[in-house]
Amino acid sequence: MASYSTNEFRGGLKIMLDSDPYIIVENDIVKPGKGQAFNRVKVRNLKTGRVIDRTFKSGESVEAADVMDTSMQYLYNDGEFWHFMDPDSFEQIAASEAAVGDAAKWLKEQDTCEVTLWNGVPLTVSPPNFVELAVTETDPGLKGDTSGGGGKPATLETGAVVRVPLFIQIGEVLKVDTRTAEYVSRVKDA
Amino acid sequence: MSDLPADLDKSHWRPSADLAVIRLRADLLSRTRQFFFERQVMEVETPILSHAGNPDIYIESFRSEYEGPGGHQGLYLQTSPEFAMKRLLAAGSGPVFQICKAFRNEELGRIHNPEFTMLEWYRPGFDHHQLMAELQELIIHLGVLEQGQTIQKLSYQQLFQTYAGLDPHKVGGEACLACIREHDIQLNDVKSYANPENLGYNEKLGYNRDALLAVILTHVIEPELAKRGFVFVYDYPQSQASLARIRSGETPVAERFELYGNGLELANGFNELTDKTEQLERFCQDQALRQSDNKQEVDIDQLLIEALDHGLPDCAGVAVGFDRLLMLAAGKNTLDEVLAFPFGKA
Repeated sequence: MASYSTNEFRGGLKIMLDSDPYIIVENDIVKPGKGQAFNRVKVRNLKTGRVIDRTFKSGESVEAADVMDTSMQYLYNDGEFWHFMDPDSFEQIAASEAAVGDAAKWLKEQDTCEVTLWNGVPLTVSPPNFVELAVTETDPGLKGDTSGGGGKPATLETGAVVRVPLFIQIGEVLKVDTRTAEYVSRVKDA
Repeated sequence: MSDLPADLDKSHWRPSADLAVIRLRADLLSRTRQFFFERQVMEVETPILSHAGNPDIYIESFRSEYEGPGGHQGLYLQTSPEFAMKRLLAAGSGPVFQICKAFRNEELGRIHNPEFTMLEWYRPGFDHHQLMAELQELIIHLGVLEQGQTIQKLSYQQLFQTYAGLDPHKVGGEACLACIREHDIQLNDVKSYANPENLGYNEKLGYNRDALLAVILTHVIEPELAKRGFVFVYDYPQSQASLARIRSGETPVAERFELYGNGLELANGFNELTDKTEQLERFCQDQALRQSDNKQEVDIDQLLIEALDHGLPDCAGVAVGFDRLLMLAAGKNTLDEVLAFPFGKA
């Protein structure tokens, strides 16, 4: 297994600590004029998202984490696993509910997602920044009202609920920013 | 440089330090020379390139090659002018000072540049306390400390007792670890020594007592010192003597001192070791530790040993990180802001 020395530490490096994959967020070198030097790092656990501090003796080595981000196409879910396919190799992998997390409410078949793999197993799934989803449920709103105002809730085909302008009707396709869960615009059908 | 519009200012060829700081550096260099001239301490120049290196296990030297008359030779860039200046002292130079570049490989960060300016001087007949007093006078002369102010002095023992609640000369590995845990410091992969007598640095054996003390010093104590302006720390543990002489007693201590400014290490000084046999022994110990730690070996300075054999007068010496002093004088937080061209722009 590849390893890194503290000399190679930098933000973005993926390492194994206590059997979990972490990414280095900050790397501070502490070097007294005559004596042992240290690396004080801030690291984020790629499984839990928790950020912790850790001090290393200069020269220590850590195991590299076999973590990589890859673009994959969402195929379907069978209630237990969400299935993705690598568009180049056509290889399929199954991601657990824990790995998919919040992304589940945005995923539509064929969408391209960023999947973080650890030792080839899906760790996290990020939906595309923007998705186009049809409205399946919403109050009619006032006919002719285009002011937007406070908006109203609308349920989308994936189950996600977003606030939309009052003129939006059931069946319309909306563009949504998945990072903020906000309505962006309507999508005209081709 | 700071008068230029923001978009022009982004050119990589430009200095990192602004003109005001560059002028301040020139001013402090001039005042430093004036200080020593008034005290009849002579300015000297010694080689940056040497056939011998510094075996200190925590310092890596830059190396270079010579090709020319006399044949190929491997050389080291100095990590400090200490060895050459001691040879001058042994030759009867009297008190000497030098302002020169020193080089330390693998050191780059907010307060580290691989190439930096060292101010180093030696006083025959002074002990480390007298030299601390003179360093204080220099700081005042440079205008970084007010006339009449006195810099607080704490022994290494008092420092640890005050800010970490333990006696560094007696505390064992477990007590150090307890202190570290108490302050929420997470050490990676710690296997501690139970035996505080074991002074060797060995990756396989984990942290020794000095390394644990170093964690406490850097993670717990130095942040406290950051709020306390200038502080002298003196009388270090015997195991951290470097080139200082050791004062025997119930608890032998190394007659070594450091100056901190706002928690930043500014200077390191010694009541110098003059005994040739002990110096050679320390060099050999360092060399052995380098070997056992798979670090590149370094050629020991035999010419220094011969000078010690001839006789080094009792003296105290100190090395000051001039760039860091300039940081304090200019009110800057990074070394880049006081260097014309830091490593990335050199």
